[in-house]
Amino acid sequence: MGVPSGELLRGVEPVRPSRRKLQTKYKLFLLALPFLAVTFVFYYLPVSGWIYAFYDFIPGIPLSDTPYVGLKWFNTIVANPTQTGEVLRVLKNTVAMSTLGLVTSVFPVIFAILLTEIRAGWYRKFVQTLTTIPNFISWILVYALAFSLFSVDNGVVNHVLVQLGIVDEEFNFLASSSHVWLTMIAWYWWKSLGWGAILYLAVIAGIDQELYEAAEVDGASRFRKIWHITVPGIIPTFFVLLLLSIGNFVNNGMEQYFAFQNAMNKDAIEVLDLYVYNIAFANNFPFATAVSMLKSVVSVILLFAANTLSKVVRDESII
Amino acid sequence: MRKKLKPSDALFQGIIYVLFGLFTLSCIYPFYYLFINTISSNDLSAAGDIKFYPQQIHFDNYSKVLRISGLSHAALVSVYRTVVGTFLTVGASAFLGYLFTKKEMWGRQIWYRSVVVTMYFSAGLIPWYITMHNLHLTNNYLAYILPTIITPFNIILVKTFVEAIPPSLEESAAMDGAGVLRSFWSIIVPLTTPILATITIFSAVSQWNSFIDTAFLMTDTKYYTLQFLLWRYLNESSSLAALIRSSPDMAASVQNMQTPTSVRMTVTMIVVLPILIVYPFFQRFFVKGIMIGAVKG
Repeated sequence: MGVPSGELLRGVEPVRPSRRKLQTKYKLFLLALPFLAVTFVFYYLPVSGWIYAFYDFIPGIPLSDTPYVGLKWFNTIVANPTQTGEVLRVLKNTVAMSTLGLVTSVFPVIFAILLTEIRAGWYRKFVQTLTTIPNFISWILVYALAFSLFSVDNGVVNHVLVQLGIVDEEFNFLASSSHVWLTMIAWYWWKSLGWGAILYLAVIAGIDQELYEAAEVDGASRFRKIWHITVPGIIPTFFVLLLLSIGNFVNNGMEQYFAFQNAMNKDAIEVLDLYVYNIAFANNFPFATAVSMLKSVVSVILLFAANTLSKVVRDESII
Repeated sequence: MRKKLKPSDALFQGIIYVLFGLFTLSCIYPFYYLFINTISSNDLSAAGDIKFYPQQIHFDNYSKVLRISGLSHAALVSVYRTVVGTFLTVGASAFLGYLFTKKEMWGRQIWYRSVVVTMYFSAGLIPWYITMHNLHLTNNYLAYILPTIITPFNIILVKTFVEAIPPSLEESAAMDGAGVLRSFWSIIVPLTTPILATITIFSAVSQWNSFIDTAFLMTDTKYYTLQFLLWRYLNESSSLAALIRSSPDMAASVQNMQTPTSVRMTVTMIVVLPILIVYPFFQRFFVKGIMIGAVKG
């Protein structure tokens, strides 16, 4: 197309990428370059901060003036009994929250299956629309709502419980140190259940209706139709999400725990992400960085393991 | 024609109707409870008497809370990060997502992968904080908008969407001499409006809801957002009470005197209202966004 005829006459190889194509190749890259630079700065450059884990770094003093201490901060995790105890406590919380999350990840599946069983279309829509709202408010707002509902002086929950005689005196739920894991998972599902079910509802809607009709003809009960048609239809999607959450086993995120933490429940609510934040703000930067670093490494290993598992089981990778 | 229900079926239907009804109620009652408490007499509210419907309706709480020093400024910061941040991330996602569909791009696969992989890997909170600090992005408004420009999930959504557009449209534009920028603007943008609308809404909601970055990066109160201010009000009762005493027209009126509780509830309502207002409009975009995201490129 773009090869000038003069070049052909001089006997130059005619099939080579035209100059215009070559230009496009680099032009496209140059157009993307500013965005790639932003990606580098905010996602890759922070890895260089791992270096602080090897110094006795104190905020405010330049790194060049701080002593290199090698693996000191990593060693304290196992060498210092108090530190070891702390880390074990935090790990226990992390594992507990993540395990509870994995076990209850069938909730949205059950929600979706039961919701599709409801015959009145308007009611399905009503439930789906309203149960999704909490997903779109921040954890601070969830906490603010909880604060008002459960407060001791004038919260509606305590009032009703006392009036019904279920509890003798008003109880400060949010500052309680018991059942923290369970209340946290409960709040999590209050916020995420409706939203989590949407994907499965879409998957169920995509299942071939003829399967159900054929089962009907064969006299299958409602339960058998769910078990033999709906559930197998959902499983691939469920499996992918489950593997991704295995990859995120050590990343609970911190927003929920940050919002709900207080002096009373701190021991049971501190997951790794929150712990790192808390120790950093107690000004122990190098130790926080060391824990941060270990966490990143573990989570990458888990992700690769989950991905390998996915390749073996369903011949497809998740990332 | 509808079949008649067997008794066992009717019982099953009845149970799930009730269960879903209760859960739905639990999802919306907190919002309603807060709302009726902010517009009812503060005395009744403080006694815990407002449970199902408002009494002695008034709007003093709203007019007074809006005058708390710092609150309207925080609202401005929240609006700024939502508007500017969303605009930038949608623009960047649209353009980069489109560029990544161009097979001719030098090193396309590597660049695309290196963007996507950031969804699964992070250096950790502290190294990130130190980087932001070294870039002078602490106590800086830019910290709210620059890091969110590249949101890998949005880029995947756009790329997948653009790949589904017949290439002939672009080819014919190229014949007419349209360059990359021109065909992006006149062909791709109009055709990707549905997905751009979806990511606009998701980005706006997430910008509005953000608070961790403020907790990390901002020590000067003038950078506080509404979310963060609300968190402070929830955790610092004494300073909130002092704030109310220091604002002249708040404690003055005998009727509907402002208390830490009334301020907290009203601020919560003010922060949550924008989301509740736009929710009916963006609700229909969900499924589209989720489904495309699930079958990612």
